[in-house]
Amino acid sequence: MRKVLAITQRELRGYFDSPVAYIVLVTFLLVAGWMYFSALFLMGRADMRPFFAPSIFSPSMLLVVLVPAITMRLIAEERKTGTIELLTTMPIRDGEVIVGKFLAAMGLIGAALLLTFAYPLTVASLGPLDWGPVISGYLGFILFAASLLSIGILCSTLTTNQIVAFIVSFLVCAALYYVYWLQFFVPSFLAPLFEFVSVSFHLDNMARGVVDSRDVLFYLSLTIGGLLLAVRSLQAQHA
Amino acid sequence: MENDSAPIVEARSLRKDYGPTRAVEDISFKVSRGEVVGFLGPNGAGKSTTMKMLTGYLRPTSGSALVAGIDVAQDPLAAKRLIGYLPENAPLYDEMMVVDFLNFVADMRGVNGPERQKRLREIGGRCGLMDVLGKNIGQLSKGYRQRVGLAQAMVHDPDLLILDEPTSGLDPNQIVEIRELIKELGREKTVILSTHILPEVQASCGRIIIINKGKLVADDTPEVLTGAEGRAVVRLVVKASNGTPLSESDVRGALTSVPGVVAVERTDGEGDGTLGFRIRAAGALDPREGIFRAAMQGNFVLLDLHRERVSLEDTFRQLTLGQGGSHA
Repeated sequence: MRKVLAITQRELRGYFDSPVAYIVLVTFLLVAGWMYFSALFLMGRADMRPFFAPSIFSPSMLLVVLVPAITMRLIAEERKTGTIELLTTMPIRDGEVIVGKFLAAMGLIGAALLLTFAYPLTVASLGPLDWGPVISGYLGFILFAASLLSIGILCSTLTTNQIVAFIVSFLVCAALYYVYWLQFFVPSFLAPLFEFVSVSFHLDNMARGVVDSRDVLFYLSLTIGGLLLAVRSLQAQHA
Repeated sequence: MENDSAPIVEARSLRKDYGPTRAVEDISFKVSRGEVVGFLGPNGAGKSTTMKMLTGYLRPTSGSALVAGIDVAQDPLAAKRLIGYLPENAPLYDEMMVVDFLNFVADMRGVNGPERQKRLREIGGRCGLMDVLGKNIGQLSKGYRQRVGLAQAMVHDPDLLILDEPTSGLDPNQIVEIRELIKELGREKTVILSTHILPEVQASCGRIIIINKGKLVADDTPEVLTGAEGRAVVRLVVKASNGTPLSESDVRGALTSVPGVVAVERTDGEGDGTLGFRIRAAGALDPREGIFRAAMQGNFVLLDLHRERVSLEDTFRQLTLGQGGSHA
């Protein structure tokens, strides 16, 4: 565990020693704040749902862009510079490497979400706020981000080129995000499938304040599946 | 030198295929504790691939690598704990400060508590890093990078150091420094290093393994490989003893009949009336005595007679170009 945390700490320092962390935090706060408050004032109700609920243009959609930017270098850069050889010849499992890096990326997203906690606090001062959906919304957001991050890390193991890693993981994340809205254009028997595989459908439930084990399990399995594939992919490179 | 009881490294018929290309083919050797072994071979011969298999970075296609009796592929974590490894080109985290990087390695290697500070200070001193601890690795010169790479490999005080081209890209002064450091390390640890610089291995290794096209072509001490034993070459210059001009064929005939001599080549003499020869002898026999006798009988005078050491370059070329290597 100590080794995992050493990797997490190194990656977090990497984020905060470079502009990456600040660009992510500022972009997320500014754009998500603008998206949310423009909707809030139109609605005129103390409600965090517009913040969490997925739409074509919402804070969750912002993560579809930011997550690949956070994860793109995690493995690809180590492969490019050769430090992956240094890392994997230390007494550490490939799984520990992946988890350490995942936790670092999670930490950065967590920091961004923590800062957005100013929004519910502000809104609560404007009117009565139901905290239940806020908490389930945050939980959903964390699970949603975790599943996207695992996809991003998987894509980062596949190439030595960060740009390629970014584009591929953006395409995969965007596909899983927007497939929800495609259900209206496919034959009706396919619609439930499209709905179920989309990362946005499950977030929508949690934004409403419903914590359903099916949604939680969906995100957890996507996250764990993505990380396991990332481990396999890393192993395959030095097989 | 051979201590078969406990080899710290043992390669058993290691083979590695990259797709259809065979990078390493059936390499076997043993390294005993305390040896300093040099891997020598042209670029692309399979030195790095072999090292990567020993350190557990690559899994052999077949065969196995054992470190202190542990199969690296079976129990990689246990094996990796025993090894300090400097990969080729010293890949390091450029954005980290030297001191942070060494602390990170100590975390990964489980060097903790009060022991860590002591250890890091000792290594920092040994590798001459004290002045650059606060610098970013990316700003360091190649020589310092290489030293950080060495320091990184020594953090957990491993018994076995595997260094892939530790002196590549360094200037002559830096090469000497690193070589000294390796020599010093070799006194207490087992070191396996690879290089394609020949004086390098001659200077620091007690044993040389030459690899060519993925195959092991020689495994011996530098003395043997440079011909102090066995492959002697003798140069001589002869002159007629009584003024009558020498016939080359007579002398050649006399020399060829000397026991141990396998080849006689004509070389330049030392002016009028002299003839030069270069003789190759096989086996452990020293042909000089026989040559002296032949000169007495053949009635010619030896102006010069000396044994020439085959340079490691010669042996290397012979071994790596000799085997169908015209397109290499």
